[in-house]
Amino acid sequence: MSEHSKSSPLKTYFAVWVALLVGTYVTYKAAFLDLAPLNAAVALTIASIKATLVALFFMHIKGTSEKMTKVVVVTSLFFLIILLGLSMSDYVVRAPGAN
Amino acid sequence: MADSSIAVQNAHGEAQNPALLHHFAEPEQQRNAASLGMWVFLGTEVMFFGGLFVSYLVYRLWYFGDFGAASKTLNVKLGATNTAFLICSSLTVVLAVWAAQTARRTLLLVSLGLTLLLGLAFLGIKGIEYHDKFVEHHVPGASFSFEHEKIPGHPDHYANAQHAQIYFALYFIMTGLHALHMIVGIGIFLWLFTMAWKGRFTPEYNTPVEIGGLYWHFVDIIWIYLFPLLYLIDQHP
Repeated sequence: MSEHSKSSPLKTYFAVWVALLVGTYVTYKAAFLDLAPLNAAVALTIASIKATLVALFFMHIKGTSEKMTKVVVVTSLFFLIILLGLSMSDYVVRAPGAN
Repeated sequence: MADSSIAVQNAHGEAQNPALLHHFAEPEQQRNAASLGMWVFLGTEVMFFGGLFVSYLVYRLWYFGDFGAASKTLNVKLGATNTAFLICSSLTVVLAVWAAQTARRTLLLVSLGLTLLLGLAFLGIKGIEYHDKFVEHHVPGASFSFEHEKIPGHPDHYANAQHAQIYFALYFIMTGLHALHMIVGIGIFLWLFTMAWKGRFTPEYNTPVEIGGLYWHFVDIIWIYLFPLLYLIDQHP
């Protein structure tokens, strides 16, 4: 953040805001199209792009002077992927409702 | 090292800057420590909500059609409006952080005030949605009822009310915990507004605005995922 304080970041903030609103509109519209199995993939891809924009520009991960922030973020995502990945790799090969 | 002029004055432990606590060498270090603490807390929040997302995914895959039928009963327009409200509030939060860093008092107060209004509007709409669910008996429990809608390709041909109830249980737990985070966030921003009104935030000391903002953005990110997963899963024909 301190490296960027010389030039006004307002342009970036408003651009990200517009992108987030457009993303929401596209998700909303795409949900009413029949994309067969792709509906969920499209919705989650757009959601992830939006989340990344918020984290990078609004939460200032991009341009932070504190390197440990990035370590914490990557660690959080790593354990989230373990949680999601290992759990789902087990459940997807079971019959519905089976123990 | 942007605040090196202040750091030099403090090299001998003389507290030149009243906002700098004595165990920090310089304001930059103090700000980074506070911000890192909030990031670690958000890391725990990722795992906290992550568990709920996993349970959602497991049941969504098991009871695919039932979840779709239950999801269709939500008010998508209200959900989309709330998404837009939260995105606008994230903009006002980042403007508040910038205003605090650049000593713009009016913009800081207006941004914090708008954030509070958008947060309250979100909770108001959430309240309307919850009210509708109570009226329709879609709240899990003794009075729960769900029409057995015909679903093409469903193993039993009709939606299973028990499975739909699991969807609504997850809906209320996930949106309820999110709403609880919003209520906490509104409390934080009320406090920030009061402190800003008293003129406590300066370009040297604005950490509370910054880390309060981190928390608010995180709650926004959770909603960015909740909206498509809960509202939009079965809207297509």
